[in-house]
Amino acid sequence: MSQQPAHHDNNHGEEPNFYRAKRGIMSWLFTVDHKRLGVMYLASVLLFFLVAGILAIFLRTELLTPAADYVSASTYNQLFTLHGAIMVFLFIIPATPGALGNIFLPLMLGAKDVAFPRLNLLSFWVYSVAAVMLLCTLLLGGLDTGWTFYTPYSTSTGTAAGLAALGVFVAGFSSILTGLNFVVTVHRMRAPGQTWDRLPLFVWAIYATAVIQILATPVLAITVLLVFIERFLGIGIFDPAMGGDPVLFQHFFWFYSHPAVYIMILPGFGIISEMITVHSRKHIFGYKAIALSSVAIAVISFVVWGHHLFVSGQSEVAGIVFSFLTFAVAVPTAIKVFSWVATLYGGSIVYNTPMWYALMFLWTFTIGGLTGVYLAVIAVDVHLHDTYFVVAHFHYVMMGGLVVAFIGGLFHWWPKITGRFYNEALGKLSALLVFIGFNVTFGTQFFLGHQGMPRRYFAYLPEYEAMHRISTYGSWILAAGLFCALFGLLAAFSKNAKKAGNNPWNAMSLEWQTQSPPIEHNFHETPHVTGSPYDFPEIDKSGGVHH
Amino acid sequence: MSTAHTDAHGGEHNPHLAHHFDTMEQQAGAAKLGMWLFLATEILMFSGLFLAYFVIRMFYPEMVLGAHEHLNKFAGGLNTVVLLVSSWTMAMAVRSAQVGKPNNQADIAKIKAFLAMTFACGGIFMVVKYFEYSAKFAHGMLPGKFYTAHLHGYDIPGLPHIFFGIYFVMTGLHGVHVLVGMALMVWIYLRAVRGDFSRQNYAGVENLGLYWHIVDLVWIFLFPLLYLVK
Amino acid sequence: MLLNLLLGPDPALLGTDAMSASPFSLLPAASTNAQELDNIYVAVTLICALSFVLLIGAQVYFMVKYKKPAEGHRKTSPITHSGKLEFWWSFIPTLILIALFVWGETLYMKMVTPPSDAVNIRVTGQKWFWTVEYPDVPGAILTDELIVPKDVPVRLTLTSNDVIHSFYVPVFRQKKDAVPGRYSNLWFQATTVGTYPLFCTEYCGDQHSTMIGKVHVVERAEFDARLAEAAKLEPGEGESMADFGARVFDRGGCAACHSIDGSAKTGPTLKGKYGAQEVLSDGSTVTIDDNYIRESILEPNAKVVQGFTPQMPSFAGRFDDRAITGLIEYIKSLK
Ligand code: HEA
Ligand code: HEA
Ligand code: HEC
Ligand code: CUA
Ligand SMILES: [Cu+2]
Repeated sequence: MSQQPAHHDNNHGEEPNFYRAKRGIMSWLFTVDHKRLGVMYLASVLLFFLVAGILAIFLRTELLTPAADYVSASTYNQLFTLHGAIMVFLFIIPATPGALGNIFLPLMLGAKDVAFPRLNLLSFWVYSVAAVMLLCTLLLGGLDTGWTFYTPYSTSTGTAAGLAALGVFVAGFSSILTGLNFVVTVHRMRAPGQTWDRLPLFVWAIYATAVIQILATPVLAITVLLVFIERFLGIGIFDPAMGGDPVLFQHFFWFYSHPAVYIMILPGFGIISEMITVHSRKHIFGYKAIALSSVAIAVISFVVWGHHLFVSGQSEVAGIVFSFLTFAVAVPTAIKVFSWVATLYGGSIVYNTPMWYALMFLWTFTIGGLTGVYLAVIAVDVHLHDTYFVVAHFHYVMMGGLVVAFIGGLFHWWPKITGRFYNEALGKLSALLVFIGFNVTFGTQFFLGHQGMPRRYFAYLPEYEAMHRISTYGSWILAAGLFCALFGLLAAFSKNAKKAGNNPWNAMSLEWQTQSPPIEHNFHETPHVTGSPYDFPEIDKSGGVHH
Repeated sequence: MSTAHTDAHGGEHNPHLAHHFDTMEQQAGAAKLGMWLFLATEILMFSGLFLAYFVIRMFYPEMVLGAHEHLNKFAGGLNTVVLLVSSWTMAMAVRSAQVGKPNNQADIAKIKAFLAMTFACGGIFMVVKYFEYSAKFAHGMLPGKFYTAHLHGYDIPGLPHIFFGIYFVMTGLHGVHVLVGMALMVWIYLRAVRGDFSRQNYAGVENLGLYWHIVDLVWIFLFPLLYLVK
Repeated sequence: MLLNLLLGPDPALLGTDAMSASPFSLLPAASTNAQELDNIYVAVTLICALSFVLLIGAQVYFMVKYKKPAEGHRKTSPITHSGKLEFWWSFIPTLILIALFVWGETLYMKMVTPPSDAVNIRVTGQKWFWTVEYPDVPGAILTDELIVPKDVPVRLTLTSNDVIHSFYVPVFRQKKDAVPGRYSNLWFQATTVGTYPLFCTEYCGDQHSTMIGKVHVVERAEFDARLAEAAKLEPGEGESMADFGARVFDRGGCAACHSIDGSAKTGPTLKGKYGAQEVLSDGSTVTIDDNYIRESILEPNAKVVQGFTPQMPSFAGRFDDRAITGLIEYIKSLK
């Protein structure tokens, strides 16, 4: 096999796929191929998911009983901080754009690569540096501020909060560069005929995400930079002892971090749209509404940050305005959820692993979203703020939303990524275990929170023990389910895994119209797009009622 | 059916066209859009600092007024002029690239000259900043907990250490941007020497120009807000 | 029972008689606000449950009805959108959400506007205990305990000495951050006599989870009596100085940082310390005698023990000489 395949070759027979197109470790570390970068992101984010997930299992095990039993208070504080920080900054934010977005965005557009391949490589390396910095905090006294870095605690604690702040700053850059690259790619790299209303919804979702990444992340960057500077120069902007304002930090932080929750979930919405249509052989219901509601969410998400500060001492009027705007963001989300369910109507639903994850998503995400409505009711939030109710809410939307969609997406696109099939039995078992384990783990936490159990407590009143126990048992089932998923996916690499072929799901979008795994330059010839990615051959065009 | 592919790469192949673009227009358009988006992030990042500045000013109007008197208005004004001039020379550099004929030494010399002038302006700006900073250091007007101006006989009412904190963060971050811009100028200059730029390919100079204008723009806001509070 | 096996032995309650041991029963409502809040909570729950059941109901119905046939695919519906449907499922949730907003906002305004005749109490958070002061009763200062009268509106003024804490009483459904350098307010009117937990819900460092106090709701008459009792910190009839010191120790919240069993907490243990040598952070040593203890209480950061940080607040002005003598005697007695 040649090192450099002649890509102008007209003989399409067996052009090597992108894994084989070049060899040697250097060809990976310095690759500018979006698919290779995507695979490297995938490996990294899964590693961090595993690490942060194991930290979570430690957390839950400590919480099995009310007493302080396995770890000390300071260890526990570091556990949940690292769990949250790794999950958010190294896993969930880069996961879908970095891994699935990188691999599939150019393929879905019919492009040869993203607009700036070298910038893409740079993003990956910047991300890796950030990861190393965050992990180094472990060696330098740990990190115990919570993922939210509230001042003045974060500017006064003896732990490595300065390094962590810099790490988040660097991670932010990676996120900005990726977002920028994707926006330009979507604008400039679409194949002929690929009009805006023929874009797959995954592309729309990644696009809306990228816009938020570009607009919100700089503010986070400056915020954590100020925390860093505050620690070393004591400039006093956030430090009440020097005349500064600690609540100002919270405004800054949430101005980024609320839009960031949509950076986390929007790509998940995109994945769900693809899986539900392909495996029910139905045109997506309400294409325009879904695409535009992503943009609406992206816009509104910039003006709701104050709902994290209802009891912080911001003015009452501000609280009320933010409460109102928070409700406004629920409407476009509702539109999406309804449209997915409506897509199932009149379909021909195939129950394979990706579809089970998509259906599970509808359940878990809806619970997460609806409990967000509790929190948006300002009076109710006064009671629930910083209790386990909030913990349960955000796990339902992040774990039950994005992570479930992401794992489903991995199963869905695995045949394209690896060229082979995952293990269906293990996949379905994983979906079942994750569903049960997840709901047991976090469903109970709504009750805990309503009864007043505060978050970030490593020992608690015995009254809460029963619920905590159930939650901990649930987390073990959940972990078992996720390991099944991992092994189900890894099964694709075994000798007797079935070959996938180019288009095992008979999907219409462009990524399926090329070899599995794709060749280095994606397509033998630039594809021409002539229709919607959701026009499946099974759709009955004969005379049903058209709208 | 492989025509689409061969068309893109076949025929006259501009050496500056990357493999994944079909045309030079597509490539230049992408670069420009990318740069605009990047500049948007820069502006947003500085907006965060401006916001912090306004909050501090709202809390402690007297203090900000008192402390700003100690900034050197002449130096700040001089630097403003220097940057305005540099904006003009930068614009001229871009212009020279946009109209330059390929491989024409006279046109290349023009690009080089304007870049060199812009670089010099950046240099002057930094030198002035250096003297300003040194004076502040000497008088103990340092950020936050390092603030010791009261020991040097300056009696500024309120909490001036916060003002100097924000002053150093804002002008410092801006200074870093100036330095980055100057480094980029060296790179673009070397590429100009190599004959990279002409009306067929000027995206590099143009993007540098956009960046430099934003750096200037930020200063245009910083100067009145910090030096001319009244 | 199986459930019992699973859950382990019944947990011992922490003397907070009104907290429910059953995970399924709701918290008691012990303030006027709590009852109103529970109404809205139930309403939100009903609305959400209904939305959820309708949505997931439709999903499950479609899942069963439109399962792919065993062989091949059936022809699927060509529907791509429906303006009418989309309008209604945007419009109805919008109406519901607006209604919820208005209700929540109305209640919230009540929750943040204390009546003018409320009893004033000052609460200060500090790593990791609450100091409660009654401005109307000179000298009445409590630690980690809040005594409030039943059926009387109470207004707390919160602040913090170090980092942000958050004052939370679940049975009142009230919460507010205590921010350093600021004062914030919270009010309630307790309705049920009892003892309830009071939590810190803003992460504030190592012992955040132990920053738990108690709220005692008592009848008005008893309230006055207990405050009067709290205000006078004097050795009782026939009480030894060491016993009196033990009471002061308790009242001052010293136990938040000092153990008497030999284990180190935020501060060094005080067990067996009297007469011993202590190494200070600058490497010098002192003997722990009456003067040193007195200094430690009035000017704690003058000499900092090695391995600890200067976190102890000064108690100057709070304890008179007799109380300090009591403390010294008490520490002496901790063998
Ligand atoms: C993926 C991430 C994600 C997503 C998508 C959301 C979505 C939402 N979130 Fe959440 N949230 C977080 C992640 C997320 N959140 C995190 C991480 C925190 C805490 C961080 C921390 O403190 O550490 C948090 C905290 C948080 C708070 C602050 C709580 C507190 O600290 O006191 C609030 C308050 O308003 C809130 C509200 C909402 C709302 C209204 C939505 C809405 O967008 C939800 C909309 C969806 C639906 C409503 C469901 C579908 C709709 C229907 C089925 C229609 C019918 C419905 C009705 C008629 C009601 N969230
Ligand atoms: C993406 C976000 C995310 C995810 C997925 C999770 C997942 C989990 N979280 Fe996390 N959590 C947060 C984000 C997340 N969390 C944040 C932001 C906080 C707040 C922190 C703070 O307060 O500062 C928090 C806090 C938090 C708390 C509260 C701590 C406290 O307040 O004291 C608890 C307690 O139960 C908890 C538990 C769990 C559990 C059991 C899981 C489980 O779902 C984990 C299961 C995962 C595994 C066991 C790993 C298995 C992985 C593999 C086998 C490899 C993967 C490969 C494939 C499947 C392909 N989390
Ligand atoms: C916020 C925590 C905190 C509280 C509350 C507190 N202390 Fe301390 N104390 C410390 C710390 C930390 C040290 C060690 C550092 C130092 O010497 O300042 C200390 C040191 C001491 C010492 C010196 C001990 C030695 O080994 O040398 C004495 C005596 C003492 N405290 C008594 C008290 C008494 C009496 C009270 C209550 C009235 C009290 N402390 C309340 C934190 C606290
Ligand atoms: Cu005080 Cu948490
Ligand atoms: Cu939010």
